[in-house]
Amino acid sequence: MQTFDLTAQGLRALNSTLHGLKGQTNMTAWEIINPKGAHAIAVGLDAPVDVTVRGSTGYYCAGMNKQATVRVKGSAGPGVAENMMSGTVIIDGDASQYAGATGRGGLLVIKGNASSRCGISMKGIDIVVHGNIGHMSAFMAQSGNMVVLGDAGEALGDSLYEARLFVRGSVKSLGADCVEKEMRPEHLAILADLLKRGEADHLAKPEEFKRYGSARKLYTFNIDNASSY
Amino acid sequence: MCGIVGLFLKDPKLEPQLGALLTDMLITMTDRGPDSAGIAIYGRPEKGRAKLTVQSADPDVDFATLTDDLGRAIAAKVTGHVKDTHMVLELPEDRLDAARHAMRGLRPMAKVMSAGEGIEIYKEVGLPKDVAARFEVARMSGTHGIGHTRMATESAVTTMGAHPFSTGSDQCLVHNGSLSNHNSVRRVLKQAGMTFETENDTEVAAAFISHKLQEGAKLGEAMEATLTDLDGFFTFVVGTKNGFGVVRDPIACKPAVMAETDQYVAFGSEYRAMVNLPGIDNARVWEPEPATVYFWER
Repeated sequence: MQTFDLTAQGLRALNSTLHGLKGQTNMTAWEIINPKGAHAIAVGLDAPVDVTVRGSTGYYCAGMNKQATVRVKGSAGPGVAENMMSGTVIIDGDASQYAGATGRGGLLVIKGNASSRCGISMKGIDIVVHGNIGHMSAFMAQSGNMVVLGDAGEALGDSLYEARLFVRGSVKSLGADCVEKEMRPEHLAILADLLKRGEADHLAKPEEFKRYGSARKLYTFNIDNASSY
Repeated sequence: MCGIVGLFLKDPKLEPQLGALLTDMLITMTDRGPDSAGIAIYGRPEKGRAKLTVQSADPDVDFATLTDDLGRAIAAKVTGHVKDTHMVLELPEDRLDAARHAMRGLRPMAKVMSAGEGIEIYKEVGLPKDVAARFEVARMSGTHGIGHTRMATESAVTTMGAHPFSTGSDQCLVHNGSLSNHNSVRRVLKQAGMTFETENDTEVAAAFISHKLQEGAKLGEAMEATLTDLDGFFTFVVGTKNGFGVVRDPIACKPAVMAETDQYVAFGSEYRAMVNLPGIDNARVWEPEPATVYFWER
């Protein structure tokens, strides 16, 4: 385990060290101490490494992540895992606004609550939230899956495209063009897999969720393109 | 952008450190607002006494004989101490309005920053660390305080455009965001008798709350009314003689984090503003909900 003291060594040194791991096979386990809510911790990683942040983070932690597993042993500020491409990001505490925004792949797990705009414009990322999500979550979400064990705030899935939203608790209101949909066996299979990978299979069962998706009235949905979603 | 910090102490043992704790929080928020900074500190009120904090661009001239001149004008004993461009005048509580009025004649170029039993407001253009150092904020004690680092959008970078804004006795408000209907709200408030020093949107929010309180609303009710009557983006932190409150607009783009322990309630635009507070690692830390009023009073 490599230990990096963020207060002592600084953010640029941290991120350039982590970027330098691309293509390497040694030094795969890292621990970042004294994060103190700093911005842009472990952003732009592109190597199959495991990074643990011991404390809470500021804006954009683990943004643009590829391949890496980033664990935050605290809460995350706005824009955690924004535009993630692949890999896994796990937040032990809460996440602030627009967690996982525009994410194209990988898995984001939030063990506490996520606030507003979680998964806004998501494009393939999977997001599992053990607690609640705030208003305007999954706004314009294009693809990927969002699993919420708690409740969703106002205007869930407004102007939704083809992302799948699974919510176990209440939904304060659905956004424009977002509707409840039938839960079919393939959806239960997706949920079972995501609950397991999201470290939530001991907390909830797939049958307890409702599925929400696009009514496809607001955008030009063409069945011939269904395979692209 | 803009940065907000606030600290409400529950444990009197921390009171001598209030200024130092707030200064550290304020400086951490420099990235969010490097053009000006301000701080409101509430000290323990002394019975029958009140404080008037005034600011002058020419303190050597304006403050030289001010305690004597003001004392004569209001027929009462006035003491005071100068801190850089500001002077805190102490006088009998029942002469506070008279003193405020007398200042206009005695020192027309000086500005009243705050008036009340506990409040002192210091604000100036410049980096937060420089502003805090000029006023020796770190040496101040008190029960609660609010600070602001400004990145101006709606009005000019001037001393009077800096936050906190005070529009009522022992009241102040700081703001992260921008209001879009401040001109029409200002017009209504002017008709209702409120006065304004600037063209700033935040001053309208402060006066809106002061006006509601004058009409008899409780702090929580006055803050609740901002959600229906003010249009725009806002996270407000409001200070009164007994406490402080927080409210965010329903869209809640402007960040806010709170922390509470047995010793204090703290507010920061970001968590990193609070990382040096005592016991923060074991504090309850949360993001205040949109369109929800929070307040603490002693």
